[in-house]
Amino acid sequence: MIMKLAIAGLLATTVMAAVPAQAETLRLLTWGSYAPEELVKKFEAKYPDITVEVTFSNNEEMIAKLRATGGAGFDLAQPSHDRIFAVQQEYNIYKPLDLSKIDTSGMEAKLLDGVKANTTIDGEVYAVPHQWGTSGLMANKTMAPDVKAWGDLCDPQYKGKTSMRLRRTILLGMAFDMGEDPFAAYADLGKYQEILDKVADKLIACKDNLKAYWKGGDDLSAMMMSGEIVASETWDSTAYKLYAENKDIVFVPPKTGALAWIDTFAIPRKGEADDAAYKWINFVLEPENVKIMSASTGSMAAVKGAKDLLPDDKKAAVNAAFTDEDISNLQFFANIPAGVEDMEGKTLEKIKAATGSE
Amino acid sequence: MMQKDIKRLSLILLFAPFALWIVLLIVLPHLGMFYISLREKVAPRTYEFGLENYINFFAEPIYWNTLIRTGSMSLLVTVLALLLGFPIAYYIAKIAGHRSRGALFLMCLIPLWVSDLIRAFGWILLLRETGIISSSLQWAGLVNTPVEFLYNDATVIMGLVYTVILFMIVPLVSTLDGMDDSMIEAGYNLGGNGPTVLRRIIIPYAMPGIVSGCIVVFMLTAGSYLTPILLGGKNSSWFTEQIYDQFITRYNWESGAAFGFLLLAFTSLVVWGGLKLSGQTLNSTVARS
Repeated sequence: MIMKLAIAGLLATTVMAAVPAQAETLRLLTWGSYAPEELVKKFEAKYPDITVEVTFSNNEEMIAKLRATGGAGFDLAQPSHDRIFAVQQEYNIYKPLDLSKIDTSGMEAKLLDGVKANTTIDGEVYAVPHQWGTSGLMANKTMAPDVKAWGDLCDPQYKGKTSMRLRRTILLGMAFDMGEDPFAAYADLGKYQEILDKVADKLIACKDNLKAYWKGGDDLSAMMMSGEIVASETWDSTAYKLYAENKDIVFVPPKTGALAWIDTFAIPRKGEADDAAYKWINFVLEPENVKIMSASTGSMAAVKGAKDLLPDDKKAAVNAAFTDEDISNLQFFANIPAGVEDMEGKTLEKIKAATGSE
Repeated sequence: MMQKDIKRLSLILLFAPFALWIVLLIVLPHLGMFYISLREKVAPRTYEFGLENYINFFAEPIYWNTLIRTGSMSLLVTVLALLLGFPIAYYIAKIAGHRSRGALFLMCLIPLWVSDLIRAFGWILLLRETGIISSSLQWAGLVNTPVEFLYNDATVIMGLVYTVILFMIVPLVSTLDGMDDSMIEAGYNLGGNGPTVLRRIIIPYAMPGIVSGCIVVFMLTAGSYLTPILLGGKNSSWFTEQIYDQFITRYNWESGAAFGFLLLAFTSLVVWGGLKLSGQTLNSTVARS
């Protein structure tokens, strides 16, 4: 009797375990806010046999996670476009996309072509664009009206009232500010090292001017809203969110051009639900879904007329920040060649460790 | 014969979870890490064996400076935790009544029920320029302009002491608890004054607790990540942050693994040195308290 019960129990558990295997699971590895609850529910309602599991991450951790498993554990990832080429060559964690399964007709051609060009290896395309945005400056107009360039963060009149994130963005921004073109120098790493050394000197001298390095959108927002800082390096979406609460805080594209990033869709090499992944890609790029997505991310989707699909407050923030000239002035992040991460990492460590200025 | 077999079997069964835990979660990952730390990356997807990652550490002053900085600040935290924790532990073990003892112990425990992250955010709310302390100082008229307490080394040390002090108090209470009150009385009866009794009787008796508390606190502090990152300022690098950067932002697992081993070796060395200096052994301290 007991034996029978045990067998029945065993059978029951195997059956139960087998049920979710029949329905497909889409394991999404993406940025915080890139999979709003509302959209996930809508997707699962449209495709009842697919369950969506979301893991929030960032560029570096996405790559680290996929590298640890050789590209297993997730079915769709969303790294930035400049982080695919070298990573794929080195760690082989993605599989080529089947472009025939993606509806690219609605995509903004310039972004699509740019991403394709950046992520083609041996004739195979590894990514298509999803959301794009910029990194630039944020300033409180009433307290820091003159902040127009990356270098203005080091202006002594704002001593102790500016901030930046100690990551590669500020290295590149400062390089442009000093009249260099770091992306052109990627081809000649010796030259790039020279630029980095110059930037490091500048940023070490600038340390005294900063209140602190921010580490995430939350501490940056808190410092900016409380008025503890008046200007900072920022993601545009963070600035737009603050603009909704305080109209004096605006995103300022630096005069050397805001740095533009594109977050993409890429399929991990050992992904197990490619069809579901393609369905998700096409689904979130449908105009009415773009609206929901953009309301959550605060960034623009890589589709035609994306600005009109932004919620009204975000649209106002974009209009307050960008002129058409600023748009044409954008500097798109170039592919990071192998070895550059190490050089930049060393430079950042040098800046962090320098104590001369305090 | 049968009896002996059962005894042996029960010993194996009792020991198995611990052995599995040590082997699967501690030994194996460390062997893997050690293997990675000995790989040199020469080109994409090609590696060679060698000590390059360790040599890099010693060739780059930033790295070993950070390690020494982390080590010395951890020692400072340990000393402060001991100075603050000893009176508290003494009060709980010797002076407080039986009923209040539990309550006092609980009060020391309560902060641990909250996650590290939330505690750090608590400090941030209190200490930031527009935070509670700064604004109440202004309200009281003690200062005219907002004061920034955050983002410096003193804050990091304070935050760390707050986080780890419990691990100092617990072993101290348990050793002091076992001490007979009559020993202290005898000390006074023989003409000793307060400091003499403390120095010649209480501290020697509490030594095992002091040493084991110090070891735990030092290890926890040197390996902590959140508190130094969130409360630290522009110049405050912590070695665990270097390890994280190597692994995550620079994709350099090889040198990250080497750094991990160097941290382990360094902290072990400090603990060994501390034991030698205080004339204690692991057997007489950690194993006893």
